[in-house]
This record gives sequence, C-alpha cells and structure tokens, in this order.
Amino acid sequence: MMAALTRILGLHNLALAEDVVQDVLCRALRAWRYAGPPRDASAWLVTAARNRAIDLIRRERTRRQFAPDLELRSEYALAPTVSAMFEQGEIEDDLLRMMFSVCAPNLSEPAQLALVLKLLCGFGTSEIAAALLSSEAAVEKLVARGKETLARAGALYEVAGRSQIEKRLEAVQHALYLLFSEGYHGSGEPVQEELCAEAMRLCGSLARHPVCSTPRTLALLALMCFHAARLSGRAAEDGSLLLLEQQDRSRWDRALIQRGFDLLDRSASGDQISEYHLEAAIASKHCAAPSVAQTDWAGIVELYDLLIRLRPSPVVALNRAIAVGEARGAEAGLEALDAVAKDPKLRASPFLPAARARLLLRAGRSEEAARSFAQAANRARNPAEAALFASLRGEKRN
Amino acid sequence: MPNFLYIFRGAGMNKQSPQEMQQQMQKWGAWIQQLQKDGHFKAGEPLETGGKVVQGKRKAVTDGPYAEAKDLVGGFLLIEARNLDEAAELSRGCPGLDVDGSVEVRPIAILNM
Repeated sequence: MMAALTRILGLHNLALAEDVVQDVLCRALRAWRYAGPPRDASAWLVTAARNRAIDLIRRERTRRQFAPDLELRSEYALAPTVSAMFEQGEIEDDLLRMMFSVCAPNLSEPAQLALVLKLLCGFGTSEIAAALLSSEAAVEKLVARGKETLARAGALYEVAGRSQIEKRLEAVQHALYLLFSEGYHGSGEPVQEELCAEAMRLCGSLARHPVCSTPRTLALLALMCFHAARLSGRAAEDGSLLLLEQQDRSRWDRALIQRGFDLLDRSASGDQISEYHLEAAIASKHCAAPSVAQTDWAGIVELYDLLIRLRPSPVVALNRAIAVGEARGAEAGLEALDAVAKDPKLRASPFLPAARARLLLRAGRSEEAARSFAQAANRARNPAEAALFASLRGEKRN
Repeated sequence: MPNFLYIFRGAGMNKQSPQEMQQQMQKWGAWIQQLQKDGHFKAGEPLETGGKVVQGKRKAVTDGPYAEAKDLVGGFLLIEARNLDEAAELSRGCPGLDVDGSVEVRPIAILNM
C-alpha cells in the first residue's frame, strides 16, 4: 500500500503517503470496531487507500506536485490512474520500484535497511531500532536523512531492462541478504523470525518479476529457504540456542527445503556462479543430511574453497575451518583455524574461540578448550549465546 | 508548438453497464497518460451533462444545454502538436470513438492585433 501510494504521490511526498496509510488504518479500526472486519479486509483497505489518495490529490493538486511522470490534474486521468496503481500486479511492481529506490548507492547500508523496514515492511521506529540493534534516536535520524535523499531523487527507480538494473539489483539483493542475516544470526535477539520472513517476502517479489528473477535472485531465495527451514529447530523450547548436532531435524520444514531445492535447480541457468549459489549449495548439503555425521563435509569444504576464491572473508574462512575439522579431523581443523585467527575482523567474534574450543575438545586437549570457551563466553553478544557457550563448557566436565 | 482543442461529443456513457463504464474510464486514463508521456497533454476535463446556459444581451440564464445526446459536448482536451494533421492523427486514440462518439479537432487561434 505504501509502495503504491508513493508511486502516485511521488517520492518527495513520503510523509504524505505515510499519513494516508495511518488515516486508512484508523478508519479501519473505527469502522470494524462493532461489525468486525469485512470478509476481504485487504480489499477494503486498498479501496479506502485509493479513495483517500484521490481525495487528497483533488484537494492539493493546485498547490502540490505529485508523481512527476503521471498526469493527475485532469479528472479524465485521476481516478482511473490511481485505481490502476492499486491493481495487484501494479502494487507488486511499485514494491520493487520502491526497493530499488531505497537501495541507492548514495545511501549507507544501515540507512538502506532502516528504510526497507520502515517503508516496505511497515516497521515502527522502535521495532527498527530493536532489529538493527540501534537506538531509536539514531534510527530516526537515519530514516529522516534517508527520506531527504530519496526526495531529491524525485521519481521512483524505473525497473527497466536487465542490463540497466544489474548494478542496482545487486545492491537490492545484498540488502535483502543482510536483512535476512540480521534476523537469522543477528547480534540482538538470537533469532528474529519476522525479519527473515520479511526478507523472504521481498525476495519472493524479486523472484516473480520477469526482469529481476536472475539466477542470483533465485539462488538468494533458495539460500533463505534452506536457512528458514531450519529456524524452528535452532532454538530449544526455552529459547536457548541449539548446536547443529543437538537440533531435532524432524522439526525442520520439509516443504521449505523442497522449495529451496527447486529454486536452486532453477538458479543453475546461465554461466555465472555467485556467492548466493555457493552459500545456498552449502546450506542445501546440511538440509539434505540426516545427521551431522552423515553430512557431506568434504563437499562442503570444496564449496567453501570456491566461496573464498569468489569472496574472500575471514568469516567464510572460519566456517571453512569448522567444515575441515569435520571432514579431515580435529587437528586439520585447528590448523585451518589458526590460519585465520590473526585476522583483525575476528578479534571480537565469539565464534572463533568457540569453534577452537570444540575442536580442542575433540582433539582431547581439554584444558586449552576450557580457556577458549571462557574467551567465547566473554565475547557473547546476547544472553542466549552466553548461555550456549556456558552449557558447552559444562558438557566438557561431565 | 501550436495548441489544439479536442471537443468530445456523444461518447454515450449512459448506455453502458457499470463494468463497461469502468473499463471505458480506464481507457481514458491510459490515453491521457500516454499523451502526457509523449508531451502532448496540456489540460482537459470531462463535463457533467447538465448545467446552465446564459444567452443574449439580456444575459438570460436557463437550464441546459438540451442538445441531442450525440451533439452534447462530453469533455475537452487541450493538446500540443506539430500541426493539425498530427493533432487529428493523435485524436484517433480517443476511447470515445469506439462508442460512437466524435472528436472535433480545432487549432487554437493566434490573434494578432
């Protein structure tokens, strides 16, 4: 709804579009209070938003400029054009235009994420602050400045041919990837399923669009499916985090895993292999395995090797080292881990000492392991992580 | 570029079902957006059927206009085109023509004094 309204009113009138949404929701609450919501509540909301938009433009059209590329002054065009913008297909297209507009190169990554949550997911300031582990004041500033930047752009980004949008599409994919990751293993709450769901919804829109459903997009959605399928198994009933080998694999979502494999198949067209392809392939190996022991670790190490060549990163190297430990034994894993341990980017990571401790434990070096576990617990970013590392230490003593 | 007035007559809106009318309105909307995109549209509005007519030196006001349905002006558009031929060509996109309406294309007069 927000996307359609912004398309009609223009990017420079974001605040006006937000007012309309607010107004429509208030009206809905009032109208539904006694009779209850109508059978098709979303159709009711769309009709109400459309009518509010038409009223608003009639009232303001001599004073304000709306979408610069639309003719809305004439009655011949006003109602038909606004109605057309609220058609299902158009709404989806507007959602994409909005996504592309927000992922502009002159906006920082945190600003892009905050705007995606604000304008495309309908999050409030406090929810965004919680999701991005930031203060409300900082988010407010980020959003306000971001809106100014958007307003200067004037019109929404036009999602035209594949070659024109290629660079911007990568930025959109990256933002959705970050959004999903923030939900999946963010630094705030251990698992924020809502963020993952929103990232998947938006990525689904990309995947349905003829121009945006590139192999990269399909691979990214596949990756999200594989991870999301395991979400329900990641935390125990009391909310504490579970390790891969502790997870009850029967709780994994089989339908989502199947969807992931279908998408991964479809993403295999074209001659490009992206980091999303590789990460999805790695996740698929976990999903396909009946247990940790029966996982194709050698295959996973190979995929990590490719991934490091494509996108060198200490985090990937850390994950690779863990896989090496499973595929070739604890000592080999420790060796691989030592090779990445000096990277300054991992200095604060709790996962490096945690991984080290687990490998040391398997190698029978329990005293060194205890020291590493203590280090991991010190670096934990949230209570659930701290509890996990503490429980691992306890396990060792038994 | 010279300006032209389109005068629409007898687009027969009242003989249509609500669905047909809605479709007809969508066509008008799309046509106007196209004219706007191509830089031809300047202004224009549909008209209600009733109104008042003021006439004569005595400036008498009567209800009206009571023209035959096919002669009734249903709306107007002010457009920009290179010449009369182009203006006439552009007017062929008018959705009213599909329901037995007509478009009168008139150049805006330049008054030299």
